[in-house]
Amino acid sequence: MVVDLDKCTGCQACVVACQAENNIPINTKDYFLQRRAYEWIRIERYWEGEYPNVKARFMPVLCQHCENAPCEPVCPVYATYHNEEGLNVQVYNRCVGTRYCINNCPYQVRMFNYWHPNWPHRMENQLNPDVTVRSRGITEKCTFCVQRIRRGEIQVEARAGQRLDDNRIAAGNYDPACVQACPTSALMFGDLNEPNTAIKPYFDDVNNYPGHHEHERETRGYRLLEEMNTRPSVIYLKKVDQYPLADKGAH
Amino acid sequence: MQEGKVLPAAQINRDLLRSILETPRWFWPVVTLLGLIVLVAAITIGVMINTGLGITGLNYKVVWGFFITNFVFWIGISHAGVMLSAILRLAKAEWRRPATRAAEVLTIFSLMTAMIMPIIHTGRPWRILYWAFPYDFARGVWPNIRTPLVWDPSAILTYLTSSTMFVAIALVPDFAVLRDRTTGWPHRIYTLLAMGWEGNPRQWKLQIIAGVLLSALILPVFVSVHSIVSWDFGMAVAIKSWHSTVFAPYFVVGAVHSGVSAVVFAMILLRWAYGWQEYIRHEHIDALGRLLIVVATGWFYFLVMEIVFGIYGLEGDELAVRALQFLPTESGVPYNIWMIVFVGITYFLPVILWLPRAWRRNLWIMSTACISVNVGMWLERYLLFVPGQANKQFLTFTWNDYLPQPAEAIIVGATFAFVSMLMLLFSRVFPLVPLYDIKEGDILKTEIKVGRRTVPATFRED
Repeated sequence: MVVDLDKCTGCQACVVACQAENNIPINTKDYFLQRRAYEWIRIERYWEGEYPNVKARFMPVLCQHCENAPCEPVCPVYATYHNEEGLNVQVYNRCVGTRYCINNCPYQVRMFNYWHPNWPHRMENQLNPDVTVRSRGITEKCTFCVQRIRRGEIQVEARAGQRLDDNRIAAGNYDPACVQACPTSALMFGDLNEPNTAIKPYFDDVNNYPGHHEHERETRGYRLLEEMNTRPSVIYLKKVDQYPLADKGAH
Repeated sequence: MQEGKVLPAAQINRDLLRSILETPRWFWPVVTLLGLIVLVAAITIGVMINTGLGITGLNYKVVWGFFITNFVFWIGISHAGVMLSAILRLAKAEWRRPATRAAEVLTIFSLMTAMIMPIIHTGRPWRILYWAFPYDFARGVWPNIRTPLVWDPSAILTYLTSSTMFVAIALVPDFAVLRDRTTGWPHRIYTLLAMGWEGNPRQWKLQIIAGVLLSALILPVFVSVHSIVSWDFGMAVAIKSWHSTVFAPYFVVGAVHSGVSAVVFAMILLRWAYGWQEYIRHEHIDALGRLLIVVATGWFYFLVMEIVFGIYGLEGDELAVRALQFLPTESGVPYNIWMIVFVGITYFLPVILWLPRAWRRNLWIMSTACISVNVGMWLERYLLFVPGQANKQFLTFTWNDYLPQPAEAIIVGATFAFVSMLMLLFSRVFPLVPLYDIKEGDILKTEIKVGRRTVPATFRED
């Protein structure tokens, strides 16, 4: 996935889409007061400058699906592991809730269910049947909408009339809910094994100029907390500030 | 060197078995009170398992709080046993004798208490077998041996097994004494436990060899247990103040610091409760006080080094955690004040109290110092674990604080009642000061004249 911070307006459409798609419990006032409200993708908002010269900066943060995921080796029951597609998956049935993975995630995108999730009775019909409703006591996180990837595979299978082999699902058939909902296309999703995806140049560029070669990159790409060497599967594109704060140099 | 008089063996038996053969009047009321506290905590745990961890103060950022702090604290206390019995036995420190068993028993009970903590802190404690024991053969899903959370149960269970064996072997001669002094069903149980002990030379030899062998074998376990517990934190790459290589020795020395202090306090309590003035003497407390000055200073060195290593790299996110620990904050928990309190009561106050010889021999001052060390060591773990989670990494948007809730305080408080209760019940059925060890010490104290020379009455076992 590629996140273009230059296009992100902080509208939170991705957050809402994710809550709806993935059966995430409603973050009530109580949850917020207990500091347990959670979202699989969150918009981090940072203020820059002093009033009245302020600018809001937005950054969507979701599970980075790291290649060197620090959360994976610490789970005692293999509830989180890497699948062959490169996804960092969470097996809810295995999870015992040690919360070590939450501690070991530098991006703070793993969320713990402190309470049993409840929906108002009328809203139970809108739960997504493709996604497990998580019980209390387990950890959960963004799956890159794995249910949509599976649905895409099933469609390919149905068309070809045979089991899925090396046939790729057409791009766009498996976009996660946040990508689909983003009004400015700030989020882009693709399969890196596909030769012609739009996201591939960014990944190639960042991989070609790692770490201290950062300034040689041709694109605006970078990885979040790159010095941790977690090799995330999400690349952020720097914001190009056309109108920087007037007094920025003064400080 | 040795003070105190050599007592006849019959009197030693009478004095030290008094706690078993008679019941002091205070005994059952105190045990009942402690039992009630434990019961309240058990109900709280039940409620917590029933409704979920929501009743704790943990939140989406700080996910390890009071329970894990308490876990590490009790693991630390458990290090007293091996420190006092195995290391001092190998070092032939004579003053260890009355303290050894109390320390070993405290080891066992504090390990048992510690193991409750990480289990009730998980989200689904009823599935813990999945993790601590590799039982799921059919599906081929094995525990992940790369995680410190799997090393933990292995190390702790090894330690628990070996400490229990250690205590059991040391108890055999005392069981035989009890067997000869009881009737009815206690007699039958002690007969079983004494395993046919007659006190013949071969049995003594085997018992001594087993003791020395276990002392030596338990030493690596002693070092590894708290190292592994510290790696729960040291291995966490994402949390800056935890990810430190100095944690293993730092935690081991800290554990000895709090553990030996706890043993000193327990010994003073037992001396007072059972009237063991002849056995737990001022010289013993004095010697432990001197040992504690050394241990405390070693621990203080690691404390300072841990902070220096953290700050030396000048990484912004590490500094953010340190700022939360040391600098005044506008709102939230004033960690900096707690930090000052913690260093004061864990190092400076007790070491000042331990320095003068007369104060080391004053039981009130010693008790104060030892309690202060243990309160401080509990705070140490808290101040090490929570700020690191609260200010994790550069993503300041998620920074969050933690306030413990009543449920956690009740459970943590009750662990102290639980250990005290178990110690009291143990002292009711087993001698808490080893009879034969005291007698052996007395024999070693006696010197005989061979020609012109004065030599010890017996050779040492090792």
